[in-house]
Amino acid sequence: MAPVATPFFFYLLAGIMLIGGILVITRKNAVHSALALIVTLLAQASIYLMLYAPFVAGVQIILYAGGIMVLFLFVIMLVSIERSMKERQFNSQWVVGIIAATALGGLFIAVFTKGKNIFPDHVLSVVEDNNTQEVATLLYGQYMFAFEIASLLLLVAIIGAVVMAKKRI
Amino acid sequence: MESMLHITTLHYLVLGAALFVLGVIGVLTRRNVVIVLMSIELILNAVNLNLVAFSRYWQGMPVRMGGGPLALHGQIFSIFVITDAAAEAAVGLGILIAFFRNKETVNIDEVNLLKW
Repeated sequence: MAPVATPFFFYLLAGIMLIGGILVITRKNAVHSALALIVTLLAQASIYLMLYAPFVAGVQIILYAGGIMVLFLFVIMLVSIERSMKERQFNSQWVVGIIAATALGGLFIAVFTKGKNIFPDHVLSVVEDNNTQEVATLLYGQYMFAFEIASLLLLVAIIGAVVMAKKRI
Repeated sequence: MESMLHITTLHYLVLGAALFVLGVIGVLTRRNVVIVLMSIELILNAVNLNLVAFSRYWQGMPVRMGGGPLALHGQIFSIFVITDAAAEAAVGLGILIAFFRNKETVNIDEVNLLKW
């Protein structure tokens, strides 16, 4: 199915994402930051849908908005936020932060203005009907070894998280 | 105006770059460890957005150059990045809990035991 009003939805979702990102790094209360991050992640999942990647969009919603953010909220609940809310929120590195952000942004702008012509418009005649099937074929075929390594990584992360958070080993 | 109304790969890359810069600012300037970890998630998401956008770009390329409808490598890679983000969040928040138990604070400026 051909997409409808792509520019409108792109700018809407991009605006939501950027506003959410700004809220994440400026809010005093960590819970508000977490909620803003959830909004950002959901908008990004919609952008994945616009890019014809429904499987990645589903993974994004289930894993990020459903898994990682719940973990964040649990940890915010465990550590007391009352004290940290009374403290100064930004450290004295803001000069370094602004310089680094300006340099990075300038670098990106330079790269994009130079590379603008590398990305020509082309007609995309891709059907996304069997996207999940194709992703699975690649994941269990060509990327089988990397997939197994990823499962090992998750095992290590589980053990690591339990060992770190345990009171006495 | 014409280039603004036609969404190309470059638009997605610019959006990803903006999110990346926001995440870098958050990592460098915030003092709350939880929000620093959330900023790292923002950075990883910006990278993911780039990967999926490039995957879309390669799907429109000719097959003899490695493109075609089956060139979903960017999406596969973004799934791996999401896996890494989950592992990183679990371990990072575990470290945070251990740190909070010892020092009773989530201020990143007080993580200075190894400072010379």
